[in-house]
Amino acid sequence: MIDVENLTKRYGDFTAVEDLSFRVEKGEVVGFLGPNGAGKTTTMRILTGFLPATSGAVKISGYDIFSDPMSVKKRIGYLPEHPPVYTEMTVEGYLKYVAKIRGVPRKKRSEALQRVVNRCGLSDVRGQIIDKLSKGYRQRVGLAQAMIHDPEVLILDEPTIGLDPKQIIEIRELIRSLAGSHTIILSTHILPEVTMICQRVLIIDRGKIVADDTLQNLTAQDSLESVFIKLTTEDVQ
Amino acid sequence: MKSVMDVFHVSGRELRSYFVSPVAYVVLTGYVVLSGWFFFNLLVQFNRVLSMYEMLRRPDIAMQINLNDMVMTPLLYNMTIVLLIMIPLITMRLFAEEKKLKTDELLLTSPISVGAIVTGKYLASLAFFVLILVLTGIYPWILFHYGSPSPELGSILSGYLGLFFLGASFIAVGLFSSSLTENQIVAAVICFVSLLLFFVIGWPAETVGSTAGKVLEYLSLIEHFTDFSKGLFDTRHLVFFLSFILFALFLTKRSIESYRWR
Repeated sequence: MIDVENLTKRYGDFTAVEDLSFRVEKGEVVGFLGPNGAGKTTTMRILTGFLPATSGAVKISGYDIFSDPMSVKKRIGYLPEHPPVYTEMTVEGYLKYVAKIRGVPRKKRSEALQRVVNRCGLSDVRGQIIDKLSKGYRQRVGLAQAMIHDPEVLILDEPTIGLDPKQIIEIRELIRSLAGSHTIILSTHILPEVTMICQRVLIIDRGKIVADDTLQNLTAQDSLESVFIKLTTEDVQ
Repeated sequence: MKSVMDVFHVSGRELRSYFVSPVAYVVLTGYVVLSGWFFFNLLVQFNRVLSMYEMLRRPDIAMQINLNDMVMTPLLYNMTIVLLIMIPLITMRLFAEEKKLKTDELLLTSPISVGAIVTGKYLASLAFFVLILVLTGIYPWILFHYGSPSPELGSILSGYLGLFFLGASFIAVGLFSSSLTENQIVAAVICFVSLLLFFVIGWPAETVGSTAGKVLEYLSLIEHFTDFSKGLFDTRHLVFFLSFILFALFLTKRSIESYRWR
């Protein structure tokens, strides 16, 4: 479903992502871990077509992100680090707009809206101005926005950030329920979350992959936390 | 077909967002107050001159002054100055705000072309500007209703057409300025400075030699407006305005595409 080959991104002299290669199969939920500044957001931005890569190839559902970005963009839902919401719009108005620009056909829009409003628990706030919403609700609007066109692939950059414990549980449930029918890459700093949601883990450090394995194999001997710390601090000194 | 719809989706959202913030109302009110004041003073002046010539028993001169030359043309000129200040305020948020709110990440990861985004935003501002122009239509209406003899319709329409193209060019510059920064104030200042520069760029035309002078004069936006305001319609000016606008939109598209490469 997602094929990344030798992906490299440089900003001037700084190499954000170096020679990254991995595959994600259809229906998998992959946890994308790494310390701050490891290149997680950069990688996700490249996968969604927001940033071009310096070299390497990315294919999503068989479409190349660099030569055929439109086909890829139709199939991807993306929740960036900051939910990309227009604060002066209502939740409903915003989601309708996203449905339009994401290419949901006119007849299916209200159905799509209803679906994401229900799934993301937004029915109480659908008429409210986004500016007035709490951080947790904004995050959910961000998630709803990523799902409105029912994409095959979801790329979620820290989806549970800023949520209260109850909301976190709800969102995790939601993501788990999407597994199987959707291919999901999600980045997070909360390691127990990975244990709960993901089948596979990618750990990235300073732009390089340091682990790519199923959760079971990785945590066979040690907890995910100690694996993470061992892999990502090794070469600091 | 899809990209045409995309343009309308983008401009529809943009236009609505003008009216949910106070910006639209403040700009509209400000514009009408200022142009109303100009209109009132031009009328007073017109009356004073007319009655002066009548007192001097010079009906021949009194016959020569008319509402077109004495009221409408100067009014349109004054409005260009107000536009010079108002357009940067209308256009400053177009792209700067997207970057500030990080919604550019939504737009640029959607299956919608940069061209459609730029065109959509441009048309939204243009529609708002047309609304301003329509509101100022009250002044010629007053002249037609109460003025005698009535002013000439043709030259008023031509003046408005000129004002429309001038404003449309201003908006294109504003859109480009907004794509350069995420700070709205900076966008407004860049726009204002560029517009003012294009306004007065023809000033040294007479002293810098004939070729350079002609080039400068040709680049001056107000120069192309003058004929329109006199009721002269010339396709030369139309071509200038259209190429000016298209060039600015092209630069904007390039500028948006370039964030991805920075």
